[in-house]
Amino acid sequence: MILVGELSLWVALLMAAWTTTVSFSGGLQGRPDLVKSGERALYATFGFTLLASIGLWTALFMHDFSIKFVASYTSTNLPKIYTFTAFWAGQSGSMLFWALILTAYSAIAVFSNRKTNRAMMPYVTGTLGIICLFFLMTMCFGANPYERLDWIPPEGRGMNPQLQNPGMAIHPPMLYLGLVGTAIPFAFAIGALVTRQLDAQWLGAVRRWALLSWFFLTIGIVLGMWWAYVELGWAGYWAWDAVENSSFLPWLTITAFLHSIMIQEKRGMLRKWNVTLVAMSFLLTILGTFITRSGIIESVHAFAQSPVGDWFLVFLIAAAVATAYLVSTRLNDLQANAELESMVSREAAFLYNNLVLIGICFATLWGVLFPILSEWVKGDKITVGPPFFNAVNGPLGLLLLALTGIGPLIAWRRASTTNLKRQFTWPVISGVVTFTVLFALGMRQMYALVSYLLAGFVFGTIIQEFVKGIDARRRMYGEGLFSASMRLVGRNRRRYGGYIVHFGVAILFCAFAGLMFKKDLTATLKAGESVKAKDAYGSEWVFTSQGISSFEQLNRRVVAASFNVTRDGKNMGILSSEKRQHVNAAGEATFEPSTEVGILESPKQDVYLVFTGAVDRETAAIHINFNPLVWWVWFGGIIMAFGGLIVMWPQALRAEREGGYVAELPSESTATLVGAGA
Amino acid sequence: MKARNKFLLGGVLVLSTASYLMASSIDETATYYLTPAELASKVSDNPRFVKNGVKVGARVVSGSIVREPSGRSVMFKMTDGTKTYDVKHTGIVPDTFTDGVDVVVEGRLDANGTFQSTILLAKCASRYENAPDKYPDTPGYKQGMPATPRA
Repeated sequence: MILVGELSLWVALLMAAWTTTVSFSGGLQGRPDLVKSGERALYATFGFTLLASIGLWTALFMHDFSIKFVASYTSTNLPKIYTFTAFWAGQSGSMLFWALILTAYSAIAVFSNRKTNRAMMPYVTGTLGIICLFFLMTMCFGANPYERLDWIPPEGRGMNPQLQNPGMAIHPPMLYLGLVGTAIPFAFAIGALVTRQLDAQWLGAVRRWALLSWFFLTIGIVLGMWWAYVELGWAGYWAWDAVENSSFLPWLTITAFLHSIMIQEKRGMLRKWNVTLVAMSFLLTILGTFITRSGIIESVHAFAQSPVGDWFLVFLIAAAVATAYLVSTRLNDLQANAELESMVSREAAFLYNNLVLIGICFATLWGVLFPILSEWVKGDKITVGPPFFNAVNGPLGLLLLALTGIGPLIAWRRASTTNLKRQFTWPVISGVVTFTVLFALGMRQMYALVSYLLAGFVFGTIIQEFVKGIDARRRMYGEGLFSASMRLVGRNRRRYGGYIVHFGVAILFCAFAGLMFKKDLTATLKAGESVKAKDAYGSEWVFTSQGISSFEQLNRRVVAASFNVTRDGKNMGILSSEKRQHVNAAGEATFEPSTEVGILESPKQDVYLVFTGAVDRETAAIHINFNPLVWWVWFGGIIMAFGGLIVMWPQALRAEREGGYVAELPSESTATLVGAGA
Repeated sequence: MKARNKFLLGGVLVLSTASYLMASSIDETATYYLTPAELASKVSDNPRFVKNGVKVGARVVSGSIVREPSGRSVMFKMTDGTKTYDVKHTGIVPDTFTDGVDVVVEGRLDANGTFQSTILLAKCASRYENAPDKYPDTPGYKQGMPATPRA
């Protein structure tokens, strides 16, 4: 099986090359037989990539340490689940995983469009073929997961203990599912540009993929934050690190696209912009991969300076040039057929939303690339840190939050004064009340107060939209509260699913603001000694050391420090933090000791305890953090993903197909059946 | 004024605010990123340079690490092959910090020429590569057998 897998990789490469050649020439010469052959070759590319992947998994489970990849990331005593996830723990394996998702997505996209978009599809297939070809080539010639060692080690090196975490097992696949998803809309954009079919036809095929991409990226990013929080021991979840940023950039452009696509559907505006956003999302994905794999930028995440980076750079430049050429030669076809009528309209709110998202994207990109740019210009490498990102993205983020509340309230085209009054009264009251209450409670940090004011406004908007919609259904159909709310969401998944996403976003902002009130302290405690601390809410905590214990567990030796915790005299249980020394099957130490933090989690705040070191056999040095509202980051992330799921839910898809995909609706029909806020 | 122009005006306003924020905060947070040799030459060119906070990327000299038992500070030497500095780091020590790894330290030189670091990042080449050149040195894996020739 391993040999079959190795050979399959090369066959897949040939198939991808065939797909590309045949699809483009079939499209240009108008020969359906060639086009058909290209599509079949793409399915075959997926088939052989799948075989290659099964081969690598087989090698991992059979512990074939003659393969460098297997020897480098696994050992015989690694738990089964992590042996499985070791597939994407290293450079070459993760490339294969990427290729697997890419070819699977491509095959699904081509298959589901086998009867539609015929003129465009040869170029879509061809473009996907090129992307697959690129990844397979990079693997075959640059980072082959099947590379052999010239000797067979008796045991593998094992997996870095920090990666032995459930979050890290799921985070990379989610991220890849999201990042790779940007390739499909990109291929459709290229197809649409080549065939000049730029009205709205291609958008129908693309929106669902963009949504899918957004969905997985959201989950991937939040999981990454969670992993960093529980595993790295610095009590934070986002450091504006180059690697974090490179997953955040395409997320921003996809989010912008999911909003601006609505303007093209309803008003036929923003055609150039939408093509650009789709292309940017894909290019930023490739740029991010280049940044993270080439070692060009310093990052907490460690990367080898591998030649793979150069491949990505070449591909990035080629793709950017091709896109720029296609867009510039088709500007006439991209002309909008409507104009912005009023500043006080939903279109304008959406445009500003796009502007702010792109602003954040640009500022972040600027911060990421600054060391390279400054080295070019001044000859010195100058880096910017989190303060830069916070200073720029903080205000922009709040502006975005405000728009999240404003957008749904304004009518399309031109909002009247009565419309504004009726729509804004309650949400604004909700925001102001939130602000006043918090101020009265003694909160004085301006940044946090503004965040909560705006979040209150957004919550008001969303609740008002739901109440109005449910109310309308109850009056019109005499439905009960429960069935009315279920049907309201079920019949308008895009709209109300979107509101649920907004709800999650507002929760996230509240959680971010919570960190302005974090507190921390360090202590060195003998068994029986205790330390007192006050949190941001004014409660008094006492941590009493229970001493240090040592024991063996699974594939590691553990030294644990435990503390009895009380809050205002009430017992909160035992909190432990561990130092783990991972060992191999022979009992020898592998890797450096890793720290496992102890977290006492609650919606109000996390108590985050790190055992930094043992001074002697019974004295532990610790670092305690009180992190308010962190719990809400994970909760907000789940809500966002849930909202995305509602928007994507396949039944909406079936209804869409039955009715035919109606894009660029005349503006009269935009008032939805019920719950019309306009 | 046409709505389009009003929008553009608003857009320019938003973007210029963003640019202003970017420009003003870059000056506050920009930090030189140097190798030990570059730091030494900056300091010899301009002795006042010592006052600036900098980031230095270097490799930890094997065997030079002296840890304080509480785990809150550590002393070591870092080098780029041409210049070596003593480092005293106070703050969080990441799990990946060990002999021979590449580190990025942020802080400043003190009067004695010791680098006082407050932020320490260690790159264990593990996320994407397990430092293949170091692989044979890993304890326990030295006695491998030669690979059997493959068909």
